[in-house]
Amino acid sequence: MSSILEGFSQAFSLMLHFNDELMGIILLSLKVSGTALLVSTVMALPLSAILGFRQFPFRGAFISILNTFMGLPPVVIGLFVYLLLSRSGPLGFMALLYTPTAMIIAQTILAFPIVASLSHAAIMGVDPVIRYAATTLGATPLQVSLTIINEARYGIMAAVIAGFGRVMAEVGAILIVGGNIAGFTRVMTTTIALETDKGNFELALAIGVILLLISLIVNVLLHVFQKKGMTGANR
Amino acid sequence: MSLNLQAVGIDKSYDNNQVLQDCSWSFTEHGIYVLTGVNGCGKSTFLRICALLERPDKGEVRYLDGVHEAPDGMTLMRRITLVLPKAGLFNMSVSRNVSYGLRIRGISGRESNDRTDSVLEFTGLSHKKDQNALTLSSGEAQRVAMARALVIEPEVLFLDEPTASIDEKNTGIIENIILQLKQRGQTTVIMTTHDRVQAERVADRVLLLEGGKIVE
Repeated sequence: MSSILEGFSQAFSLMLHFNDELMGIILLSLKVSGTALLVSTVMALPLSAILGFRQFPFRGAFISILNTFMGLPPVVIGLFVYLLLSRSGPLGFMALLYTPTAMIIAQTILAFPIVASLSHAAIMGVDPVIRYAATTLGATPLQVSLTIINEARYGIMAAVIAGFGRVMAEVGAILIVGGNIAGFTRVMTTTIALETDKGNFELALAIGVILLLISLIVNVLLHVFQKKGMTGANR
Repeated sequence: MSLNLQAVGIDKSYDNNQVLQDCSWSFTEHGIYVLTGVNGCGKSTFLRICALLERPDKGEVRYLDGVHEAPDGMTLMRRITLVLPKAGLFNMSVSRNVSYGLRIRGISGRESNDRTDSVLEFTGLSHKKDQNALTLSSGEAQRVAMARALVIEPEVLFLDEPTASIDEKNTGIIENIILQLKQRGQTTVIMTTHDRVQAERVADRVLLLEGGKIVE
């Protein structure tokens, strides 16, 4: 018990003194997860709109697969990306394995189904009367679609935040494809795993506390957006 | 040139349930037409077909610019509008809701603001303009839906049970708006209601939908 308390105390000391190693790890984590989230959002939003507005063969099956991929274990994604990027793999010539780019690719694959599936659910959750109202006011089909996306904006933001929470907390995929190289591919979650193995609990706890804080901020934002999206008694 | 509407021989059925049968009427003069009938007789279906939101199984809806056929497609859709029984307001301020029809027509800036303010005043909603529309009562929401339709100055305005789910006070305000539209004489209003007394209060002409057909 005392070692835990000591660990916490040293962790806060590390945080308060802006330890360089710690700051580097936090910034790389935010850069990798932020970029992965941006890329996955840019790809997921058009897909969720197409799924929401268009009817095509096997649409239901496609949505089911997308929903299934939301629960894909990160280590499986890590293994898949590893096989793609390893020297003997189809993309081995790009020499991306054990780089932050490989980590971004893995986290993009991880976040994509979450953002796409939850955004699609947000679009489908918009009251059908909104589509009717926009049409009767003279909106073109594109304007109707944009209006519906605008109405689903809080749900879409919540989807993006949920995706961020998922990639920030993930360790399996980036450990496999990033290699946890100090000062190059070492991020918060992989550092916690490594430092715990080494018995160096101060740094692990400090990063754990920061991860918790980020998780708290993400959840508060999620709650705010969900609350905003629920306004609307007169519909 | 004013827009005239002719519904000719409209048939419509859902799941083998024939709602409209050879239903015809010419709305050739400005004024307030009120379509009455029992619940489920097809009033809303007829309105949606006339507002070009649904296709009839048989028959056609013709819009005429005087004696010539009006150009169809989006051009025509933007000269008419339908207010639904459920307000269907957007999650934005009252004034943004009201100016929606102007924005999608590329009207912005001072003209948009002036027209929006004028309609908000006409519908008694000026003091609510910055409020989120979804926080309004259902009666106020229905008035915003009316304002949103009026700002685009439709030549034909369809009102589907506009007072069905609102209180007496807001019903009075909406009826008053309809009566003022009659005085302005620039819009043909085609409204449905199951309230016969209300129909007599606001209508220039009361029509009865019975057995899938319109009778006077």
